[in-house]
Amino acid sequence: MPSFSHFLSTLADTKGVFIDAMLLTLKLTVVSVLVGIVIGLFFALLKISRVKILGWISDAYVYLVRGTPLIVQIFILYFGMSGIFLIPDFWAAALALAFHNGAYIAEIFRGSIQSIDQGQMEAGRSLGMSRSLTMRRIILPQAFRRALPPLGNQFIIGLKDSSLAAFISMNELFNVATTLGSNNFDEMTFLLIVAVYYLILVAILTIVVNLIEKRLAKSDR
Amino acid sequence: MAKEMIRIEKLNKSFGDLHVLKDVDLSVNESDVVCLIGSSGSGKSTLLRCMNFLEKKDNGKIIIEGEEITKEKHNINEVRQKVGMVFQHFYLFPHKTVLENIIEAPVMVKKIPKKQAIQEARDLLKKVDLSDKEDVYPSKLSGGQKQRVAIARALAMKPDIMLFDEPTSALDPELVGEVLATMKELAVEGMTMVIVTHEMGFAREVANKIVYMHEGTILEAADTQEFFSSPKDERTKAFLSATTIK
Repeated sequence: MPSFSHFLSTLADTKGVFIDAMLLTLKLTVVSVLVGIVIGLFFALLKISRVKILGWISDAYVYLVRGTPLIVQIFILYFGMSGIFLIPDFWAAALALAFHNGAYIAEIFRGSIQSIDQGQMEAGRSLGMSRSLTMRRIILPQAFRRALPPLGNQFIIGLKDSSLAAFISMNELFNVATTLGSNNFDEMTFLLIVAVYYLILVAILTIVVNLIEKRLAKSDR
Repeated sequence: MAKEMIRIEKLNKSFGDLHVLKDVDLSVNESDVVCLIGSSGSGKSTLLRCMNFLEKKDNGKIIIEGEEITKEKHNINEVRQKVGMVFQHFYLFPHKTVLENIIEAPVMVKKIPKKQAIQEARDLLKKVDLSDKEDVYPSKLSGGQKQRVAIARALAMKPDIMLFDEPTSALDPELVGEVLATMKELAVEGMTMVIVTHEMGFAREVANKIVYMHEGTILEAADTQEFFSSPKDERTKAFLSATTIK
């Protein structure tokens, strides 16, 4: 194990390159989770639609994503697609992560939508609101609030999963740590340092999610 | 002859193997207050929900204000604007304030300007005696207050007919009176109302017509006076004696 003072001095010396890497990790995570939320909402709505085929499409998507390792999905997008068209590294990683997160987020949204009392839909419909208007104005705002805690969780999982982008040579946190570690023959120090940066990011995400939850809880007070 | 608001002919409805409504006929005139009574599972709530198309009939006719409503010829959303509904469990929108609950449908469906909708909502809140609650969220209201907001919300669409599905069954006993008073006021103003209820005293006092249902059929439908003073069917008599204290 490296000494604590060695750890601290290395942490200080490398903060420039790590902060760049942290920003890239954050960007990857935020883009992939936001796109994942759009994808997830789309497939959740397919799943609860009354048209059976749409539900099957949603099932197939979730099965494909949950049934294959994320690293395989990233490589398929990066290497497999490059024969057809070239995707920039960032977008290969971001889209693979979004596609991946989307499946889990679809299940989160489906569960939260279905947890809203059927009476809410009936109340909206009885006032002359269409199914889609009631969904948009009445069901989804309530469902989104219920989805927030698991969404925050998925955000954190997505953050950590973004380390797999290292394998398509993205200079995000994990890649920088392993590269610096092997160049300096000092792997453990850099692994401990990168753990600190991940912990900082997770702390920030947790605080942000808690703030949003508090804001949306105003109707409970 | 009063205008006929609702006419139901040979209505049938099943849930799977359970035949809930069997060839039901019913007529409701303008300003009628009709109470549907009967034991649980007699089909009265299903009948009421069919009038608002929350349940899909199997066959039969539902005629609203002289027009037979069919999926092909009518936009159900437009028909529903004429037929307000109040539920046993209120179903207020918990993420919206009392005022927002009331203006939601007028603004989003009828496209009434927000200012005007708010003004009308305040008038309605005054009517149900909840003017001081307009910015409160439903979770802060008592059951009776929630139900009165639900009534105001339905009235905001200016319906011609109001349906009530056991509006006081989920309330603490001491809160029943305030909801019934609001409904009575509506009845006095001439609103056409169909009410599923177990409140026999209310039915007797406010309704002008009582419909007694049993196992999916209407056993007896009569003017209130006649219904309570000289019920014809044996089962009606048994029901009445079981629900009133001798």
